[in-house]
Amino acid sequence: MREIKADTVTEAVARLCQEANFFLPDDVYEALTKAAESEKSPVCKQVLGQIMENAHIARTELMPICQDCGATVIYLEVGQDIHITGGDLYAAINEGVRRGYDKGYLRKSMVNQPFTLRVNTKDNTPAIIHTDIVSGDKLKITVVPKGGGSENMSRLFMLTPSDGRQGIIDSVVKAVDEAGSNPCPPIIVGVGIGGTAERTLELAKKSLLRKVGEHNPEREYAELEKELLKRVNALGIGTQGYGGTVTALAVNVEVFPAHIASMPVAVNIQCHAARHKEAVL
Amino acid sequence: MEAIKITAPLDEATVKRLRAGDQVLISGVIYSARDAAHKRLVEALNRGEKPPLDLKSQVIYYMGPSPAKPGQAIGSAGPTTSGRMDTYAPRLMQEGMKGMIGKGDRAQAVKDAMQKYGAVYFAAIGGAGALISQSIKKSEVVAYDDLGAESIRRLEVEDFPATVINDIYGSDLYQEGRAKYRSKL
Repeated sequence: MREIKADTVTEAVARLCQEANFFLPDDVYEALTKAAESEKSPVCKQVLGQIMENAHIARTELMPICQDCGATVIYLEVGQDIHITGGDLYAAINEGVRRGYDKGYLRKSMVNQPFTLRVNTKDNTPAIIHTDIVSGDKLKITVVPKGGGSENMSRLFMLTPSDGRQGIIDSVVKAVDEAGSNPCPPIIVGVGIGGTAERTLELAKKSLLRKVGEHNPEREYAELEKELLKRVNALGIGTQGYGGTVTALAVNVEVFPAHIASMPVAVNIQCHAARHKEAVL
Repeated sequence: MEAIKITAPLDEATVKRLRAGDQVLISGVIYSARDAAHKRLVEALNRGEKPPLDLKSQVIYYMGPSPAKPGQAIGSAGPTTSGRMDTYAPRLMQEGMKGMIGKGDRAQAVKDAMQKYGAVYFAAIGGAGALISQSIKKSEVVAYDDLGAESIRRLEVEDFPATVINDIYGSDLYQEGRAKYRSKL
């Protein structure tokens, strides 16, 4: 049994919250560079250049890439052979969010109650925490600041088996088409297929952690990703919705077995500020 | 395309001159307000109270910044999704508001009100808050301080980059741009 202090977790989360908000991942930057090369619209080409310039300013000035520093979504992979000492794990994580958002001059965007009251909690807590128990004696923490504009474009389609592959394609294309300019394209489209309602939504979001350009290792799903990307880019939405040939940088599909009656499909959209940062303790 | 330099608050000649697709650089004074501030503003107006700012000729920027670090005028300051302000925007146009800056599609009722009252909708680059902050020279909270990032700020801007999405003649860059690049598969 390996021991990890709760304070160590807090410090790691505080650091990850800041780094995720300041540093755009290299794979996203590269994808933006490629998009700027292939884009046919001169206006979109120019705006893609400004988006990359923004990432550069954020990185050098240690400023948030986007003022919406997100709801703090946190993925934990907890090795079953670790023991957290000196405090509660989730409390340690929320303390890390509190410190990171304060120290990094990050915007606090959480309100205490979703309707009527809506008073800001002033420290961006509570974090949205997902926990997986895995083998081993490590703790992996991934911090994903998720902006409200793109999150609001999420969709769940409770399809049934007869809808088939085409039903999936139609649903994803519909979700992106209706989202239009709202989720700050170029976007990354997270798609969950299978499981139950909540599982497919989790799959869609978690797929956004994948490096841009990497495909699902299963060939059938990788083919679906490629077809979806082509279809989504044919919508003509373009960077910021100004009209162009690149609407999405990637479509990531994750699949889970389903009930004999069900074929749920979820879409979770990520804006171009595809922020995430991880650490292994 | 050469950007057009304009001054805020907006005069009538400027509003008439702008066309969907124009790139502009805005200098002068604009005000930030987003969801919660809009709700309060419109509720105050509907009760017949005087709002905390005179909306005549003003440009409202849908934005809630990240906190300024010491020595900064403002933190990251990009636009938020405009659609959430659609319920309130026509009422503010009725009070004389001439411009809105945000990102994303507007409802038909807002577009109709823009033609009726003569107001322009601009988009700033969503997710480019660090870049945009460089064109904001001064920021001061002028109303609803308790709303934090959602309070109303008076912003002094210089060459603030934006694109005209909807003009007063009914043109819509989002629709036209999309139609131009949409392909059948």
